[in-house]
Amino acid sequence: MAAKAARDLSNVASVIELKSVNKWFGQFHVLSDINLDVKEGEKIVICGPSGSGKSTLIRCINRLEEHQAGDIIVDGVTLSNDVKNIEAIRREVGMVFQSFNLFPHLTILDNLTLAPIWVKKMPKKEAEEIAMSLLNRVRIPEQALKYPGQLSGGQQQRVAIARALCMRPKIMLFDEPTSALDPEMVKEVLDVMVELAGEGMTMMVVTHEMGFARAVADRVIFMDRGEIVEQNEPEAFFANPQNERTKLFLGQILHH
Amino acid sequence: MSDDALPGGERRQLAPPIDESGALGWMRKNLFSSWGNGITTVVLIVAVGWILSGFLDWAVFTANFTAASGTECRGGGACWALIREKWRYIFFGSFPYEQHWRPFFAVIAMLAMLITSADRRMWNWRLLVIWGVGSVITFLLMFGQIHIPLSLVLFIALAVGGVGLSLRKAIADTGEMNAYRVLAAIGFVGLALRIAGVLPAWSLAIAPLSYVETSLWGGIPVTIILATYGLAFAFPYGVLLALGRRSNLPLIKGLCVGFIELIRGVPLISLLIMASVMLPLFLPSGTTIDKFLRAQVAVVLFAGAYIAEVIRGGLQSLPKGQFEAADAMGLNYLQKTLLIILPQAIRVVIPPLINTFIGFFKDTSLVLIIGIFDFLNTANQALVDPNWAGFPAEVYLFAAFIYFIFCYSMSRYSKYLEVELNKGTRR
Repeated sequence: MAAKAARDLSNVASVIELKSVNKWFGQFHVLSDINLDVKEGEKIVICGPSGSGKSTLIRCINRLEEHQAGDIIVDGVTLSNDVKNIEAIRREVGMVFQSFNLFPHLTILDNLTLAPIWVKKMPKKEAEEIAMSLLNRVRIPEQALKYPGQLSGGQQQRVAIARALCMRPKIMLFDEPTSALDPEMVKEVLDVMVELAGEGMTMMVVTHEMGFARAVADRVIFMDRGEIVEQNEPEAFFANPQNERTKLFLGQILHH
Repeated sequence: MSDDALPGGERRQLAPPIDESGALGWMRKNLFSSWGNGITTVVLIVAVGWILSGFLDWAVFTANFTAASGTECRGGGACWALIREKWRYIFFGSFPYEQHWRPFFAVIAMLAMLITSADRRMWNWRLLVIWGVGSVITFLLMFGQIHIPLSLVLFIALAVGGVGLSLRKAIADTGEMNAYRVLAAIGFVGLALRIAGVLPAWSLAIAPLSYVETSLWGGIPVTIILATYGLAFAFPYGVLLALGRRSNLPLIKGLCVGFIELIRGVPLISLLIMASVMLPLFLPSGTTIDKFLRAQVAVVLFAGAYIAEVIRGGLQSLPKGQFEAADAMGLNYLQKTLLIILPQAIRVVIPPLINTFIGFFKDTSLVLIIGIFDFLNTANQALVDPNWAGFPAEVYLFAAFIYFIFCYSMSRYSKYLEVELNKGTRR
């Protein structure tokens, strides 16, 4: 993973805007006054200690979690309780989960074509063509007719990425995509994600893979106790962290 | 050891230990591995042999298969002559004697319907055809005549059109979609005109045979009809209850919980008695609902509540990630439920579900309490004949044997279904 030149994104339109977003789990203030602007094509890596609210943050963007105050605007649509808006946003936003969440009763191919057929009303044949080309891209076309339970973790996660891409999303959210994988499988998944980044996809990735952050991210965000503590370009973020909490966290995950 | 090393530096694969195969080896290992084990084996074999020889002696060797009356039968072993004499009554009850071929073929039709729909390859539109044809044949044979009201035809047209339009939107071509539109339109306009009173209450009469009312039905067709249609309606109804119980809408949730708890809290017998005695009191005078139908509805309500709880167990066993993944893809509630959640939830609960089915198949015998002649009741009635009094063991054993065939088939089917549905999905 080679380091890439920092890009100037100041003139690009925003696709995700979070304006003073707040959320509580009971009494626990899990997101506290989050402001964030994500540009089209921007790759953002979010890290932070467990319980810092990073997963909750990206899950709010496609309404798997409901925020209680503030505004979230995705691709020009403001998230509200309106089901139409939620469904519109979910069509544009793909998500990859830590635990893959493939549908175990469907073949790999059916996992991929399900949403295009039922949500986009795409003809089955066309959906299957797209699915096969995506399986080629994640390098497992030969598994198309197997069931998820027959695949290794790394393969399952690559299928999950292909499944999300099948909807041709504008934005991809990754919620710790490599945390549930055996070490030897992490690379195959990261390779696919790096490739995807190279194609200009807008990505928000919650991960502790700092190598990936260095190679791909335009911006690294550090969260702690529900706040965005610090954000910067990866070079500066790793070389010169400003906040004490960031230094402590980086010290813990980089030196062992 | 140096022998183990091959030239390439690989390790030689060791052979597995010698299998203790063969009948003798198996017996030595499993039946006589120690003194205690050996003694247990011998004692059990002797006990089983003793019981079995006594039973066979009674049921086969000294049994009477040919006696012409009960008095001839006395003194020996089992009196199977009684079954020989009464089998047509036990199987078909008071159905007109010379017409017994009708319930016979109705049972054949229902069994064919059940067996073909057990095959997984039939689980698509074919299932509707099989059940449609099977049900028409069954009830045509049992009743002898069917009157199909126009409004029912219109309603079916509307339902088929509507379901087709909403569920096959993505897959069907324009021709098929137009067919649904036409069906729905005919159904809708027709029903509207019918309700407005423009169309008269026509009904299509198919009457090739003499009419036999349900009070004359009896025996095995009654048991199979009550169980088959009871469970066929209770299943979707139970699924709806289970989904309702997990709903976020407090009113729907409350209704479903209330219904399930209420029904589960009363014995089936009391529900049957209510359906047979109390329900007519609430109906406007002059309207009657067939007693058989009332019992059928009571069975559906009762079974539905139990099935709902079984399905709910399956719904709760699914990881939250499955719901989230479906949500994140943009599937709506109906799609998520039908495509992702229910197929998995039902797979998980097949064993308890079939257990419930088996229980209800046998529970249909409780309808004897309100005077419906199901199989157990006709078997019971066969004992009333004074010529053949005094042989309850034979009759009940015979009835038990028939029930066992059905229940054991269901149990085997459950096993097959578990394997079949988990093919490839198990790691």
